Amino acid sequence: MAVKRIFLDPSRCIGCRSCVAACRECDTHKGESMIFIDYINRENTVASSPTLCMHCEEPVAPCAQVCPAQAILISPDGVVQQADETRCINIQNCVYVCPFGVPKFDGPGRFMRKCNLCYDRTSVGKPPMCTSVCPTQALFYGTYEEWVQAGRGQQGAKPVNVFYFGQQRVRTRNYVVMREQDDALDLMALAEEAQLGNLGNVPISTTAQESEAWVEAGNAGIPERSAPPQPWAPRTPQEVPAQPVPVTTPEPVHH
Amino acid sequence: MSVDKGIFHEGQRDTYDFHEGKETPWRSNEEVDRYVPTHCCYCGVQCGMNLKVSGGKVVGVEPRYDFPVNRGMLCPKGSTVYQTVNHPDRLTSPLMRRNGKNSPLEPVSWNEALDAITRRFREIQGQHGNDAVAVYSGSSMTNEKCYLMGKFARVALQTRHCDYNGRLCMSSATGANERSLGIDRAANPISDMLHADVIFVIGANVGECFPIVTSWLWRARDRGAKLIVADPRQTPIARTADIFLPLRSGTDSALLNAMLNVVIREGLVDEEFIRSRTNGWDETKALVEQYPPERVAKVCGLRPETIIDAARLYGRAKAAMIYTARGLEHQSKGVDNGVAAVNLALATGNFGRPGAGYMTLTGQGNGQGGREMGQKASQLPGEREIENPEDRAYIASVWGIDEKDLPHAGYPATLMIPAMLREEIRGCFMICSNPMVSLPDQHTTERALRALDFFVVCDFFLSETCELADVVLPGNVWAEEEGTTTNLEGRVIKYNRAVDPPPGARLDWQIVCDLAKRLGKGQYFAYKSPRDIFDELRIATKGGKADYFGITYEKIELQNGVFWPCPTEESQGTPRLYEESFGFPDGKAKFHPITYLPPAEEPDDDYPMVLTTGRVIYHYLSGNQTRRTPFLLEQAPYPWVEIHERTANELGIRDSDWVTVRTRRGELTAPALVVKSIRPDTLFIPYHYGHTQAANILTNPVLEPMNKIPEYKVCAAAIAKATQPPDWAKDVNPAQLRAARGRRRRLPSTGEPQGPTVQ
Repeated sequence: MAVKRIFLDPSRCIGCRSCVAACRECDTHKGESMIFIDYINRENTVASSPTLCMHCEEPVAPCAQVCPAQAILISPDGVVQQADETRCINIQNCVYVCPFGVPKFDGPGRFMRKCNLCYDRTSVGKPPMCTSVCPTQALFYGTYEEWVQAGRGQQGAKPVNVFYFGQQRVRTRNYVVMREQDDALDLMALAEEAQLGNLGNVPISTTAQESEAWVEAGNAGIPERSAPPQPWAPRTPQEVPAQPVPVTTPEPVHH
Repeated sequence: MSVDKGIFHEGQRDTYDFHEGKETPWRSNEEVDRYVPTHCCYCGVQCGMNLKVSGGKVVGVEPRYDFPVNRGMLCPKGSTVYQTVNHPDRLTSPLMRRNGKNSPLEPVSWNEALDAITRRFREIQGQHGNDAVAVYSGSSMTNEKCYLMGKFARVALQTRHCDYNGRLCMSSATGANERSLGIDRAANPISDMLHADVIFVIGANVGECFPIVTSWLWRARDRGAKLIVADPRQTPIARTADIFLPLRSGTDSALLNAMLNVVIREGLVDEEFIRSRTNGWDETKALVEQYPPERVAKVCGLRPETIIDAARLYGRAKAAMIYTARGLEHQSKGVDNGVAAVNLALATGNFGRPGAGYMTLTGQGNGQGGREMGQKASQLPGEREIENPEDRAYIASVWGIDEKDLPHAGYPATLMIPAMLREEIRGCFMICSNPMVSLPDQHTTERALRALDFFVVCDFFLSETCELADVVLPGNVWAEEEGTTTNLEGRVIKYNRAVDPPPGARLDWQIVCDLAKRLGKGQYFAYKSPRDIFDELRIATKGGKADYFGITYEKIELQNGVFWPCPTEESQGTPRLYEESFGFPDGKAKFHPITYLPPAEEPDDDYPMVLTTGRVIYHYLSGNQTRRTPFLLEQAPYPWVEIHERTANELGIRDSDWVTVRTRRGELTAPALVVKSIRPDTLFIPYHYGHTQAANILTNPVLEPMNKIPEYKVCAAAIAKATQPPDWAKDVNPAQLRAARGRRRRLPSTGEPQGPTVQ
């Protein structure tokens, strides 16, 4: 059976954090989210991007590999689970080794937590919460064929699931949607580029057509009409409003 | 919190091991008694959702994959809306100021509260006439309640003055639809987006205000549709638009005229469509020819080439959609702006076909239905005219009253404020509204509401407005009763009841009917359920423009919503309007020449910036519900001032500095958000907050002459570094805004990240 995967498409993301809100509604970790939304560079742009566990396939998940306690288990369908809290010995190897920076250490609980692909849902055929709610479908859940059938690749988008970190190559269950010419994502190279101050690829807040979008406005002889001002009340000099009348709120009733 | 250990089957706890390949042991421990299919109560998209009910309480949300508009998708507000149902802030007892205005609001019995309301309203009406008591209603509630409020005002209180908060939201769109097209509804269903070659979004922050619509937009782009966005800010959808027109606030009608100018110049008009299906082209054409893009560009603060490119792209499309929203409508020429957009669509023949049309994205949950049900100042149910003798006679016959007893048109909501100050309106019954956040010029609004002799507010949380009330009645939330709403497409859908209101609170419709009974009009309000109201509403709208007669609760369920007009029981509804004719007697649409009207306040030496206001994705309207939802509040805890980096540098303002924005109405202090994604001459403040955090302290109450919508989107303002933080800053950490933006990778329970220490 074809494997159902998550396709992350940052170009569709609007940074709304619906995925975060919905992840918190999961039965198994209510109140905490295992998915994260970054604004790439809010000063320059509203662009944003989701981060969640990619569920590494090959080599088998680095987080699980480095766990001396074998606390990170992989289910037969290839889902990398979060640490089994009865086995986790709190050394956080997984946190340091993950190339995507996904596992988080739960201090009070003393075990590692991360996305388990909504195992309570996906193991019974329901889509994960984040992909269900994502208003832009920047998070798409389905097989590769379903992704193609949904018409996602028509404008030259291509899903990529191979990542390079220096010499290390990782193939993951989940895909990131890239451009047509991309076969893999070399994250170290990108990080280096950013560190060297080469911001050529950093989006700034204009569109491709508009190198200078913000133009000063001025007057120009177009027909204008004037309207008598229609304020709703004659203005009185600025006055400080009186203090609100005291309010006694009844005792909250918990149901 | 730690993981819930109950997720495994009983007895498997010790032996499970995923490596063994046994059948999965995972199962949620959550005990859900039932899933109630219903809809989100927030914005006009009205997404389908399931509420999880356990032990008689709403405990969570489950995506509902079968509703065609959202197919399970929800925005962060939708995912958390269930948390308002059992919220500890719910009002569970009527509150009243027993000894006049200066006494505190204290819990009283329902009998005492309703008796006081009846007595005081009767006293005021006896002394000053029936019209001295007004009804100020809302649009974020069911059609049944919107209908009931109009009837309550006209029949039980017999006052002329009944209006609703849609005046602040939808009235410009209504004006444009009625002037140009003849029917006040979106021309197309949302799915038509997938048939459009070009999508032109002007004054609509789709990503934040109608998040689910973004998915349709992106699907259209997958198919190759081009996107044009006009907005003074880089909104999330503007980021990847093919053409972005960052126009100066308040210049929309000039831009639209210039685009039509180019369309004419380049021979892209649809002569056949104009001849056979429209009236008034020649006058419009003659006027628009005086708006060349080269000149208009200066007014809009755009480059002329961009306007020309946008007009060509739009004009050459086989099928193009225009989407507008409050950005274009919240202006003293809001109706003009809408008409100018319709002119463009009519001239290019973009109506009545798949993917061709004009659609205003309704903001409130039931913004569409609320403006059809007869709670507007000049309207009777079914978009009927209150001054039309036939309509009056028909509704009087449905209600069983004498036509002479049916009041005439009253003040729109925004004109109720000056009427309160003039002491013409002395009593007010308000439901589903929070003008102490939502009306402009908050100081004047506050004076007006305080000037009322007797002020009743029905709400389920103690809103900023409730604090000024003499009596507060605890009502119900959407999950506690059934009823219909009409979404931004004109699709009538139905909320289903999940639970009962908490003890002490009552259902809104029962409160209103009880009051009507005490006012001696019980025989006109003898409903046993919302369904009874709906059945009467169907008859009342029969034959009107918004004809609901053929819609039943069963049909809504069967078809996943019914688009009005639905005049007969056999009819399945009308998803796309204007396929054959427009809504005027001759079946033709109307062009209206629109001369550009500058904003009421232009920047000057004292107030050199343009201030615009709007929504953020985490809050809904006045924030009365969403500011009480912890997740949403955490994301956007208080207002901020968006300012361009260049302007900020000139003024010595750094990111997260406290800045004070001043206008002729007042001032507000909030942290600065220094970005490149806004025009350098423009400031933006989200409006969802109350008291000294209210952006509407600053906004201009100048009204659109026809439909009386205030100019929220443009006023002149000055900005400077604050001399001291505002009072509310003592409750927050000034770095919190920055931290909230940086808070990405941490679980709330883990505190500070524990990374490796490098020596």
